Amino acid sequence: MAKHHVTTTINGDPAEFLCETQQTLLDCLRDELGLTGSKEGCASGDCGACSVMLDGRLVCACLVLGVEAEGATIETIEGVAQGDELHPLQKHFLEDAALQCGVCTPGFIVAAKALLEHNPNPTETEARYWLAGNLCRCTGYDKIIKAVMNAAAEMRGA
Amino acid sequence: MGNEEDIGKIIDYSGREFQYIGKRTIRPDGVDKVTGRANFGADFTVNGMIHGRVVRSPHAHAKIKKINVDKALKLDGVKAVITGKDFPEIDINDKAVGEVVVSYYDMAHNIIARDKVYYDGHAVAAVAATTPDIAEKAAKLIEVEYDVLKPVMTAARAMKKNAPVLHKHIVTAGVEPKPEKPSNVASRTEFKLGDPAAGFADADVIVEREFSTQTVHQGYIEPHACCASISADGNANVWCSSQGQFMVRAYTAKICGMETSKVKVIPAEIGGGFGGKTVVYLEPLAVMLAKKAGRPVKMVMTRDEVLRATGPTSGGTARAKIGAKKDGTIVAGELELVYEAGAYPGSPVALGCMTGFAPYDIKNVSCVGWDVLVNRPKAAAYRAPGAPVAAFGVECTLDVLAEELGMCPLELRMKNAAVEGTQAPYGVKFNRIGYKETLEAAKAHPHWSAPLGPNQGRGIASGFWFNIGGTSSAEVMVNEDGTVIVATGNPDIGGSRASMALMAAEGLGIDVARIKPLVADTESVPFSMLTGGSRVTFATGKAVIEAAQDAVNDLKRRAAKIWDVDIEQVEWENGQAVCIESTQHKPLSIAAIAAKADKTGGAISGRANINATGAGPGFGTHICDVEVDPETGYVTVLRYTAIQDVGKAIHPSYVEGQLQGGAVQGIGWALNEEYVYGEDGRLQNTGFLDYRMPVASDLPMIDTVVVEVPNPGHPYGVRGVGETPIVPPLAAVANAVSHAIGKRVTDLPLSPPRLLAVIDGK
Amino acid sequence: MAKVVLPLEVARAFADGETDHEVEARDVRALVRVLDERFPGIAERLSRGTAVAVDGEIYQDWFLEEVRPHSDVRFLPAIEGG
Repeated sequence: MAKHHVTTTINGDPAEFLCETQQTLLDCLRDELGLTGSKEGCASGDCGACSVMLDGRLVCACLVLGVEAEGATIETIEGVAQGDELHPLQKHFLEDAALQCGVCTPGFIVAAKALLEHNPNPTETEARYWLAGNLCRCTGYDKIIKAVMNAAAEMRGA
Repeated sequence: MGNEEDIGKIIDYSGREFQYIGKRTIRPDGVDKVTGRANFGADFTVNGMIHGRVVRSPHAHAKIKKINVDKALKLDGVKAVITGKDFPEIDINDKAVGEVVVSYYDMAHNIIARDKVYYDGHAVAAVAATTPDIAEKAAKLIEVEYDVLKPVMTAARAMKKNAPVLHKHIVTAGVEPKPEKPSNVASRTEFKLGDPAAGFADADVIVEREFSTQTVHQGYIEPHACCASISADGNANVWCSSQGQFMVRAYTAKICGMETSKVKVIPAEIGGGFGGKTVVYLEPLAVMLAKKAGRPVKMVMTRDEVLRATGPTSGGTARAKIGAKKDGTIVAGELELVYEAGAYPGSPVALGCMTGFAPYDIKNVSCVGWDVLVNRPKAAAYRAPGAPVAAFGVECTLDVLAEELGMCPLELRMKNAAVEGTQAPYGVKFNRIGYKETLEAAKAHPHWSAPLGPNQGRGIASGFWFNIGGTSSAEVMVNEDGTVIVATGNPDIGGSRASMALMAAEGLGIDVARIKPLVADTESVPFSMLTGGSRVTFATGKAVIEAAQDAVNDLKRRAAKIWDVDIEQVEWENGQAVCIESTQHKPLSIAAIAAKADKTGGAISGRANINATGAGPGFGTHICDVEVDPETGYVTVLRYTAIQDVGKAIHPSYVEGQLQGGAVQGIGWALNEEYVYGEDGRLQNTGFLDYRMPVASDLPMIDTVVVEVPNPGHPYGVRGVGETPIVPPLAAVANAVSHAIGKRVTDLPLSPPRLLAVIDGK
Repeated sequence: MAKVVLPLEVARAFADGETDHEVEARDVRALVRVLDERFPGIAERLSRGTAVAVDGEIYQDWFLEEVRPHSDVRFLPAIEGG
């Protein structure tokens, strides 16, 4: 069967790719576009390692078909930093040692960025529930939550 | 948030000052990991690459009658199909002796089944095709005829006389006279200290309880992934994430019948391992497919495959019996452990026997362990292998003893705590250890005396892990501008590059920002044992310190040449060469010496190849508060404090991270995680939705107290850190739940239905 | 004479269940040779996945570790890690 031609905007840039019907957005990002920052941990929407923004909505890229990206605006981990200027979340993940192996980190940063856009002043509980869709097996979440709260404080102050 | 109060406490017993060690630096691999640039196992691609897929058994126990691959091979895009027949047969007695005894025969048959399948998910064939989709279609076209056998799913069933026997060649080891009949009991192990019978006879109080746990998985977020290519002259390149590139090389070469020098392994970033990536599953299949197809082959597991077919840790039972005098002095201990090994022998039951009573000074101890075969995936190492279940049994029984004696459980532990010179249950006397110091820190912590509300309970428990040393290599290379590269052969699983850089900085006396640590491939550094056993910061760190010293010696020789003085005239201070008896020579920085390297003998470097001994044991004590909803049986963890003697925290943030992460894995083990098998032997929870690991909203902050009782076996006092934190939580949580509901819980996980049954007295 | 302690299973299989022995040797390899003369086959058994502790120091893969006249030498299962 012929492949679908999909036209999207990814991290502010126009992007096109060809994909098969059954390919997920995650497959397309990783295999067709070389954007491997989004990770596959489960392919069932349970781990959040593939979190991306689709038209301003936080989604698991493994639960979206590539063809659904037609005409959409997508933001991935690769678009979070502006050039070599890290986002406050990225800075705080580094300073607060909020990553160990780092495979869940892209998903957490994308999801946390969505949280702070939605709620710039979350309580610890709100941050924990918002990020409950992202699994981390290394850190026990403590330093991740602290990094998110610290980044939120910095962004409010800025 | 973010002020000093939020950062865990450090209690230092060394009194030593360090220049770089102990600083919370930014990890060298950090920026790549927060920007999505870091390449993990599945992120690698190579030109001409095709995709591999594994065909797995849907049966837990069956004979393979026939495998028909014709239809798959006829599908357009399919480039190769392999079965067990494509691999060299390995002698049944072929074993690797090194860190652990590895049966290559079992390993080969576990990676791809030959005549029998032993668990749901056991690989029987693999296919490579031009797209992942075609590979998946082809995998479905491979026809396997099975003669389905009755599965043996639990140790209790496997040990029954009439149980089907998994392996005809296995007779119970460790039993005299040697049995003649094959058995599902692979071995019996026993440790004995003193005279346990006399000890119990002398006791005023004896308590005995039995506990059970279920199979749990390491749960790393990154599924196993690799890419392999092989050239016409038989040289293979393997890119993969693992806990040891040299381990992957050795096992892949062996399983594929290749010489070691023909296999090059290039380590990717590793997305969690916890012991589960100390073995290989995909790499030999990818190499064989690549060979047959003449194309590089990439293989990535699905989560379903990870849970069904890769190393969980053993479910098991623990029966603990403790005898004490009225004043709380423990006079005898007995521990019997039954662990499910999975489809091949080798559960960590002996380590359970050795660790359970290790925190305590008990003169009379008996520990017996049974390694039992069942139709589940072969157990792989999981963080402090064997210790958590043993500690669960001992630490909960201690809690019962404290109740019977009317004693505070912390004081009971303090009274019997192992100290320097105490003989461990496995016979060895401890060097300087810091167990008592963790108890003192627990007692002094505000958590221990905080008030509790209704339906709430507090539990305390301790844990022990040996920590290991072993073979490690390091190279310290001084660049032309005086910056430094530190190469080691150990995958960085949680920040080890940061600690290698800090130790090199300390040894060289230069700023850590000028040091670039890297994880080298199998052809760029000498052999290192894998990343595991909490050995890297200790053993590879020791190699880095020695290599840095070697580089310093070289730098001093060069300075002597530059100054035209005797080498004895040169000392190394604060990263510079200093001429001791002459003031006319200004100190030379590394950069200044490096700039003249060509004139003084070529490139400057240091190296060390060591087999590190002197690993100091780690002890931890955890405090847990829970609230139990009596209506639903749901447990909320309210507060958690993890305290551990770490020797010396090289990078305190990542040490705290180990304590927090280990504690939370243990909380998951205690409350939610378990493999659920159907009557047919098929795994029913093959995804993260119902293999329920802790998420952020399940947890409070995990407070830490880092106790530093220096290990005399390491120049900076380092002890291994990573494994001990998973040992106490099972009992800390269970003791807290028991106190909250006023009834003793003995079976994990304490999921709502199971706990509700206890509350309702069913 | 160094004091040698064998694992129970090994003692039962080779030494009539007696775990404690006295051996004079300058290193672990030599010590195992002496044991093998007393209990033929024990060297091979002790070479499979057995670590040794000499005076409290554990060596995962024994060979030339020094044994002193009053050393305490214990054979143990090798320790893996996660």
